[in-house]
Amino acid sequence: MLRFLVSRLALIVPTFFGITVVAFLFPRLLRGDPVLLLAGERGVTPERYEQLVHQFGFDRPLVIQYLDYVWGLLGGDFGTSIATKNPVLYDFFSLFPATLELSFFAIAFAIIIGIPAGIIAAVRRGSLFDQAAMGVALVGYSMPIFWWGLLLVVVFSGMLGWTPIDGRINVRYFFDSVTGFMTIDALISGQRGAFSDAVRHLILPTIVLGTIPLAVIARQTRSAMLEVLGEDYVRTARAKGLPPRRVIGIHALRNALIPVVTTIGLQTGLLMGGAILTEHVFSWPGIGKWLLDSISSRDYPVVQGSLIIIALIVMLVNLLVDVLYGLINPGIRHRG
Amino acid sequence: MALLEVDNLTVTFKTAAGPFVALDGISYRVDHREVLAIVGESGSGKSVAMLAIMGLLPSSATVRADRVLFEGHDMLAMTPRQRRQIIGKDIAMIFQEPMASLNPCFTVGYQIEEVLRYHMGMGRRARRTRAIELLDEVHIADPASRSRSFPHQMSGGQCQRAMIAMAIACRPKLLIADEPTTALDVTIQKQILELLLQLQAEEGMGMIIITHDMGVVAETADRVVVQYKGRKMEEASVLNLFESPRSPYTRGLLAALPENATGDRLPVVGDFVAADGVAPA
Ligand SMILES: Nc1ncnc2c1ncn2[C@@H]1O[C@H](COP(=O)(O)OP(=O)(O)OP(=O)(O)O)[C@@H](O)[C@H]1O
Ligand SMILES: [Mg+2]
Repeated sequence: MLRFLVSRLALIVPTFFGITVVAFLFPRLLRGDPVLLLAGERGVTPERYEQLVHQFGFDRPLVIQYLDYVWGLLGGDFGTSIATKNPVLYDFFSLFPATLELSFFAIAFAIIIGIPAGIIAAVRRGSLFDQAAMGVALVGYSMPIFWWGLLLVVVFSGMLGWTPIDGRINVRYFFDSVTGFMTIDALISGQRGAFSDAVRHLILPTIVLGTIPLAVIARQTRSAMLEVLGEDYVRTARAKGLPPRRVIGIHALRNALIPVVTTIGLQTGLLMGGAILTEHVFSWPGIGKWLLDSISSRDYPVVQGSLIIIALIVMLVNLLVDVLYGLINPGIRHRG
Repeated sequence: MALLEVDNLTVTFKTAAGPFVALDGISYRVDHREVLAIVGESGSGKSVAMLAIMGLLPSSATVRADRVLFEGHDMLAMTPRQRRQIIGKDIAMIFQEPMASLNPCFTVGYQIEEVLRYHMGMGRRARRTRAIELLDEVHIADPASRSRSFPHQMSGGQCQRAMIAMAIACRPKLLIADEPTTALDVTIQKQILELLLQLQAEEGMGMIIITHDMGVVAETADRVVVQYKGRKMEEASVLNLFESPRSPYTRGLLAALPENATGDRLPVVGDFVAADGVAPA
């Protein structure tokens, strides 16, 4: 297990440096003067310009600049946002819980519906349920998130008025952020109706962000189950006279979960992409919206920093998945 | 009353190419303490017959029989729940591929304990102790630590021993062994057969042993059914079969034994139903 972990970590390091190169070169590759871009100042005098060039270290060799940049990153210095004047990392930590909460709900939604749907579809292969579920999954799989989000907002928020249009909670409620998770903070605040309001705000974003993972998980669960149900050990479990829920829910599912967990992990890693669009549609104040906003306001330190941070998150999620995969698959655990 | 009585068993599979008759009105009878061997070439429906008796065939199979009586109870008339109380407990089965027949995600001990839990209602601690005893009974060295092993950490022979431990956990009255040694090394084959015979004698079980190997038949069985293309070609006591085989198919099988081979080529068993028009026995 340890060797397994180390080998995975060894893969992360070069990937990380690759991304830092991209992020480092990013402002330098854009049209326009990186000095002015990074400074975010207008009407710069020649003296001020020289000062800025020196301040950003643009008068030094590129390699030194890069090493300096990475050294700063390793020390947690991701630069300062032009818009908020806060350190990038500070803004990240205040926005990240919103993304985390949304992602958590989206993946939970996808797992809680996707796995049982996949199991039932596999066990009743060819049934009406199977055909309907897999048809819906096929549509969900190729659903354009932006369009899907707008459609749901128009129907459920606009026409029916069942769900709020955007944000995380009604302005009526106000309380301090303790954990950053609105649902938990609402509970802690003890304000009547705050929790259910936070949940109501989560419904549509959760569905929108969870749709693709749901479709993928349901299909993967079905195909993994179909494969496993034909295995000898499932026949053994039946021959032991075990009840079907144990044969399917324990003996078959435990093995089918191995590829499904990988899928869940990959989907969690991909979630960031969907989160950026979903947060945009619902004005969800998370790091996806942060990244988009920073691009449109040309807040380059934030663009650079959020790029690196999001990449790091994706890599960490994938590492976590690998570890989990090792834990549920005894074959790997003992070999690794 | 016989332990198991199967009359006129027919199994038809729905396939893309139309219905396929895998078993065509075959009958078996096994008495208490008796070892019945079923021999026949690949595809003759030996496994299908056993799975039909256990109720383990997929839904694409249609099973019909005049009767399938186990200790006088009609297995085909039972609800799935009633059947589940018998299989794994009074009728146990072991399979050809021991490694693939054990679940790779659970320890061997856990998989044995499961039977004890569902059929005997034993508590956690009693189960654990009993599982280790059972592993000891099938001569697995260091049974306590082996019970915590996963199947991939054991050899094929050890896996088959563990399967046998699982099968005998509830002291079954009938043990069905479907080619229990085919996938094993020759030396291990012998040990596993000896173990099965020893347990059969000690427990007084009835046993059905399926094999391609006439040598195994000679060593283990009291009675033999020779099966070909879903039909019974011949049924006889082992002595009679080896001394005076009635059907040409059986003669072919016996001639295929290595010790009967002449020269350095093995005789081949041909298509006897078509060639000789032999009626099933
Ligand atoms: N699920 C199934 N669907 C369709 N046909 C099947 C199915 N299971 C078995 N058969 C067919 O039934 C016939 C008998 O198969 P069976 O497995 O009983 O043979 P066998 O005598 O056990 O052979 P072997 O010695 O190779 O184990 C074969 O022709 C097989 O292809
Ligand atoms: Mg077979």
